[in-house]
Amino acid sequence: MTATTTAPVATTEVRTTRPPSARLRAWATRAPLLPALIFVIVVTQLPFVATLVISFFDWNSLYPDARQFTGIDNYREVLTDADLRHSVWTTVLLTVAVVLASLVLGLVLALLLDRRFKGRGVVRTLLIAPFLVVPVAAALLWKHVLYNPEYGLFNGLLHYVGGPQPDWISNTPLLAVEAALVWQWTPFMMLILLAGLQSRDHEQIEAARVDGASDWQIFRHLTLPHLRRYLELGALLGSIYIVQNFDAVFTITSGGLGTANLPYTVYQSFYQAHENGLASAAGVLVVIGSIIIATFALRVVSSLFREEVSRA
Amino acid sequence: MSAVAVRLRHRSRRKGVGLGLVAWLLGILFFLPIAWMALTSFHSEEDAATNPPSFAASLTLDGYREFFGAGGGASPWPALINSTVASVASTLFVLVLALPAAYALSIRPVKKWTDVLFFFLSTKMLPAVAGLLPLYLFAKNTDMLDNIWLLVILYTSMNLPIAVWMMHSFLAEIPVAIIEAARVDGARLPTILARVVAPIALPGIAATALICFIFSWNELLFARVLTGVVAETAPVFLTGFITSQGLFLAKVCAASLVISLPVLAAGFAAQDKLVQGLSLGAVK
Repeated sequence: MTATTTAPVATTEVRTTRPPSARLRAWATRAPLLPALIFVIVVTQLPFVATLVISFFDWNSLYPDARQFTGIDNYREVLTDADLRHSVWTTVLLTVAVVLASLVLGLVLALLLDRRFKGRGVVRTLLIAPFLVVPVAAALLWKHVLYNPEYGLFNGLLHYVGGPQPDWISNTPLLAVEAALVWQWTPFMMLILLAGLQSRDHEQIEAARVDGASDWQIFRHLTLPHLRRYLELGALLGSIYIVQNFDAVFTITSGGLGTANLPYTVYQSFYQAHENGLASAAGVLVVIGSIIIATFALRVVSSLFREEVSRA
Repeated sequence: MSAVAVRLRHRSRRKGVGLGLVAWLLGILFFLPIAWMALTSFHSEEDAATNPPSFAASLTLDGYREFFGAGGGASPWPALINSTVASVASTLFVLVLALPAAYALSIRPVKKWTDVLFFFLSTKMLPAVAGLLPLYLFAKNTDMLDNIWLLVILYTSMNLPIAVWMMHSFLAEIPVAIIEAARVDGARLPTILARVVAPIALPGIAATALICFIFSWNELLFARVLTGVVAETAPVFLTGFITSQGLFLAKVCAASLVISLPVLAAGFAAQDKLVQGLSLGAVK
C-alpha cells in the first residue's frame, strides 16, 4: 500500500529543525508508536507464523512423538475431505446470506429512520438493541426461547393462528443460524447506512426536488450512488466479522446438521480431534479467504478515509 | 402556494405518518425477542414453557435466584468477576498503548503514517481462529492456561487496532497550536498526553473505552479454548446452557439478560460512537 496523502504540517517541521539531532528526533517521533506496534505484531502476527509452520506437519497432539514434516499433505487432506470441503461451502453460504439479508433490511430501516417522525430516537434505540445482546446470549435466546418446537415463542404464536408446529433447527439448521445472525447484524448495517444517509448533500436533494424529481428518482440517482461506498463498507466489514463467526454456530447447532463453518471446524479439529496439523492448514485457508475479502475492504476503507483527509 | 402544491404537501405528510408507523412496527418487531426474553425471565419455569405462551402469568424472581445459584447450580459470580477483570484491565491497557500511538499518527505524525494505520487495520482482518492453536500451545507450555491475564493480553491485542483508529480520528481534531504551546512551555510527551491531549479528547477516549469493553465482554472463542474452571468468563458460563436441562427457560433468560446488561448499558450510552468503533473509524 502506498501513502498518497500529502505530508502533514508537523512532519515538514521536524525536517526543518535540522541535524545534529535529526535522526534522534525521527526516533523521538516514532517512540510513542512503538509499544503499540510491537505489541500487536508479537501477539497477533507471530502466532499466525507459527500456524503456518505447523500446517506443514503431521501432528496429532495425542501422539506427539509421531510428529513429522509432511509438506502440503494437510492442505491436500483439507481440500479433499468431504466434511471440510462442506464447511468451506457452509462458510461462504452463511456469510453471503447473512450479509446480503442484513444489508437489505438495514437499508430499509435506515431509509425509514432518516425521515422525521414522532419517537424516532426511541425506535432507533429499539432497533440497535439486538446488536447489544452478548452473541452467545442471543444465540441461546434463538435456540431455546424462540425456536424450541414445544414451547418456543414462534410455535407459540403459530399455535394462535392454528399453524403448523415445525422443528425449526432440525428442519432448516443453516437458515436457523442465519436468521439469528441477521437479527443481530441488521442494526449494524442500519447504523452504517444511516451515517451515510445523513452525510448526503441536502442542498442538492432540495434542488432536485424543486426541479420536480420524484422520490424514487432522487433515491435512484442521488441517494443510491452516494450510499454505494457505505453499502460496500457494510458488506465488507460484515463479511469479515461473519466469516469468523463461531458463537452462533457453536451455540445453536454445535456445528451439527451440516452447519459447521471453517472457524468451528478449526476449533473442533484441534480441540476435540487433536489434529494440530490439519487444524492449522484449515486455519491458513480461512486466512487466505479473509485476505481476499480484506484486500477489497481495505480499498473501500481507504477511499472513505482519503475523502475524510481531503475534506479536513 | 398553489392548490396543487398544498395538496401534494398534505399527501406527503400523510405518507410521512404512514412510514413513521412502519418504522415503529419494525422497531417493535426487532425488539420483540428481547422483550419476550425479559418477560420470560420473570416467569416461573412452568409458565415459561407453555404453548401457547402465557403472556400474563404472574411474575417471580425465581429465574434470577436459580441463575445466581440458589438451586445448587454453579454460581455465576466468579465468571462475572473474571469477565469484569478481563474487560476492564484490557481496556485500560489498550488506552495506555493507543493514546501515544494515536498521537504519533495524528498530532505529530511519523512518516508514512497512513501505512501504519492500515497495518493496524489489516491485523483485525486476520481471523482470530488462525492464531488460536499456537496460542493454546504457548499457554500450555508456560502454565498460562486458565489464567485470566492471558485473556487480558489477548483482548488488548484484539482491541488495540480499533482503538488506534478511533483515537487517531479523535486526536486529529485537536488544534496543533495548543500542543505546540505546551511544548514551547517545556512540557514533555507524557505530560502533554496526560494534561493536554487526554482532557480535550476525553469524550473520544470514553467512546473508545466503551467499544473495547463491549468486544472483550462478548468474546467467546479465546475464552472457551484458553480458560477452564478458574478463569472462565461470562460467555463461557453461558455455554453451559447450550444443552437443554429440563425446564430452564426462565433461568436461561435471566442469565442471558444479566450477562448482556453491561453491554446494553454501554451500547445505549454510546450509540453514536458505536458505528465509528465497529467500522474502525471509517464512518464518522
